[in-house]
Amino acid sequence: MELIAELRDVSRVYQMGDVTVRALDRISVPFGTGEYWAIMGPSGSGKSTLLNVLGCIDRPTGGSYFVEECNTSDLDDDDLSRLRGASIGFIFQSFNLIPQLSVLENIMVPLLYQDGSASDGLARAEALAERVGLADRILHRPSELSGGQQQRVAIARALINNPKIILADEATGNLDSQTASEILDIFSELNSEGKTILLVTHEESIGEQAQRVLCLKDGKVDLID
Amino acid sequence: MMHSAFTRSIRLGVKSLLLHKLRSLLTTLGILFGVSSVIAMLAIGEGASEEAQEQIRRLGSQNVILRSVKPLEDKVSGPSYSANAYGLTWQDFERASETFPWVENSIPVKNIVQEVRFEDKVINPRILATTWEYQNVTGRIVHRGRFISQADDDLVSNVCVIGYEVSRLLFPGLESIGQKIKIGPEYFKVVGVILPRVPLSDDLPEVDTSVTSEILIPLTTGRRWFGDMTIKIRSGSREMEQVELNEIVLSARSPSHVSYIAAASREMLARNHKQNDYEIVVPLELLARAEETKRIFNIVLGCIACISLLVGGIGIMNVMLATVTERTREIGIRRALGARRYHIMLQFLVETVVLSVGGGILGILLGVSIPAFVEYFADMRTIVTFSAPILAFGISVSIGLVFGLYPAWQAANLDPVEALRHE
Ligand SMILES: Nc1ncnc2c1ncn2[C@@H]1O[C@H](COP(=O)(O)OP(=O)(O)O)[C@@H](O)[C@H]1O
Ligand SMILES: [Mg+2]
Repeated sequence: MELIAELRDVSRVYQMGDVTVRALDRISVPFGTGEYWAIMGPSGSGKSTLLNVLGCIDRPTGGSYFVEECNTSDLDDDDLSRLRGASIGFIFQSFNLIPQLSVLENIMVPLLYQDGSASDGLARAEALAERVGLADRILHRPSELSGGQQQRVAIARALINNPKIILADEATGNLDSQTASEILDIFSELNSEGKTILLVTHEESIGEQAQRVLCLKDGKVDLID
Repeated sequence: MMHSAFTRSIRLGVKSLLLHKLRSLLTTLGILFGVSSVIAMLAIGEGASEEAQEQIRRLGSQNVILRSVKPLEDKVSGPSYSANAYGLTWQDFERASETFPWVENSIPVKNIVQEVRFEDKVINPRILATTWEYQNVTGRIVHRGRFISQADDDLVSNVCVIGYEVSRLLFPGLESIGQKIKIGPEYFKVVGVILPRVPLSDDLPEVDTSVTSEILIPLTTGRRWFGDMTIKIRSGSREMEQVELNEIVLSARSPSHVSYIAAASREMLARNHKQNDYEIVVPLELLARAEETKRIFNIVLGCIACISLLVGGIGIMNVMLATVTERTREIGIRRALGARRYHIMLQFLVETVVLSVGGGILGILLGVSIPAFVEYFADMRTIVTFSAPILAFGISVSIGLVFGLYPAWQAANLDPVEALRHE
C-alpha cells in the first residue's frame, strides 16, 4: 500500500528548565493513502503534539517525518508553509475561524497563500459552503453561527485547496452528540472520496467508525490496529 | 495577478483597521499633526521669506541706500533758534557720486510732506522728489503714461507720477493722465501712473492716514516749491525740521561692487556726520541675511518635524505591537492554513502603512488648509509649494514602513503552535 505520510522514530521533547517532557517518544507509524485513522489516548498522551507534527506546524526534535516520500526535516519554514497550504487541511476543536471575516471569506483564507491563486476560488468557496449546508449563511460572521455550523465552515476552509490529508483535533469535542455525528458523517464521506483522515478523539464510539486506530500513552505507541 | 494580491492586502489592512475606528484614528493623530505642521510651517515660512525677499528686491539688489534718520532728541545739536537740521546733505551726495568708484547711478531723493487734494478729496501719500533715473534703479513699473523725464527736471515742470492706489483714490473711474492735482499750494499735472506697491516695511504709513501709495515729482520742482524745511504739527506744538536729502540711492555697476560702495559710504558718512543721523541700507546684505534666516528656520522646522513624526511613528508602533498580541491566535490560524512568514509580515506592514498614510493624507488636508486660514485671518502671505505634500506623503509612507517593521517581524516569527494555543 502506498504511504502518504510516515513517522520514523519521531520524538518531540519539551525542555522546561530541569524537567524534560517527552510528549512524543520514538514513534513510528505508516499512514496509508486514503486511510481513516482515529488517534486515541488519555489526555496528555501526546495526541495534539502528534497532530501538530503531522500537520507540519511543529517539527520533531528527533526522528524523521515524511510526507509523500519527502523528508520534512529537509524543508525550511516557507516550504513547510507551502506544504500545509497545499496538502493539509486543519480542523480544530475550537473551530479557529477568524471572527472579523464572513463565512465566505473564512473559507477563502487558505487561497490567499497559494502561489498563482486560482481564478475560480470564489466559485469553489461557494460550492463548498453549499456542500457543508451553509449556502444561505455565507455573509454571516462566525459569531452568528452555532458551534456545528462553525465547524462546517472550518471543514469547508480545510477543503478549499483540495488537500490530500485532513487533520482534525477533537473536532467534535465542543459539539453535542447530534451535531457531532453530522460532522463525523462528513468525514466518512470525505474518506470515501479518497482523502486521508487523521482524527484525534478520546471517544471510543468515534474510534469504531475509523478504519485504523492509533492509541498513544505517555507519548508512546500503545496500540496500532 | 500581482496587482490583485496587492489591492487585496490593502483592502484587508483597511478592513481590520476599520474594526477599531477610534483607535485607528487616535493612532494616526501623531502622524496627522506631524505632517500638517510640517506643511503649514513650510508654507508660512516660505511665504514670509518670499515676502521679505521681495521687499528687499524692491529696494534694488544692486543698490546701496543712504537714508536720513532723525537722531534722538537730546542728541540734536545746533542753535536752538533754528529748526532741527539733520540728515544727508548735498555735499554727501556730491562726494558719493563724484568720488566713489563703481557707482553707476546716484540718485538724490527728498521726501515732501504735503497734503494732496483733488476736488474735495484729501490724502497724505508719500511724496518723493527725485530724478528720472530713479525708475532705473528701483524698477518701478509704469502702468500708463510716462515716468518723470530729464526734461521735467531741467525745466522744473509741475508734473507728477502717481501710484496706482493714489489714482484709484483720487480719480475713481476717471482717466488720471492729464488731471491736475494740488500738492500743498501748487498744482501738478499727472503724467503717469505706476503700479501698486506695498509700502516698504520700514516706512509703513501710519494707520490713520489715508496714504496708500506714493507720488513722485521732479527733484528740481520739489526743491523750488517746498525747500528743505518741513513743519510738523505734533501734539499741538509746531516742530520744524531741516533735511536736505532724505535718501541717496547709489547703484553699483555690478553686484560684486555693492559691498565696496557700502564700505565707502560708511566711512564717508562717519567722517562727515557728527551725529548719528543716517542709516545705510544694503539690500544685498539683507537678502543674504534673509536667506540665512530662512536656512535656520528650515533647520528648526526640520527638527520639530522629525520629533513630531518620531512621536507619531512610535505611537503607531505601540498600537501595532498591541495589535499583534491581540491577534496572535489569528496569526496562528493563518500560519496553519499555509501563510508564510512573509505573508504575515506583509499583512501587518500594510496595516501600518495604511495607518500612517491615512494620517499623512489627513495631515496634508489639514496642513494645506491651515495656511489658507492664516492667510485669511492673520493677513500673512503663505506659499504651499507643490513639493511639500509630496514630501509629507513620502515621509508618512516611510514612517509606516520603518515603525511597522518590528511589529510585523514579531508577528511573522511567532511559533504557529504557540500562537494557536494563545488565549
Ligand atoms: N508547549 C509545551 N511545553 C511543554 N510541554 C508541553 C507543551 N505542549 C504539550 N506539552 C506536554 O506534552 C504532553 C502532550 O500534550 P498534548 O499533545 O497536548 O496531549 P493531548 O493532546 O493528548 O491531551 C503533555 O504532557 C503536555 O503537558
Ligand atoms: Mg489535545
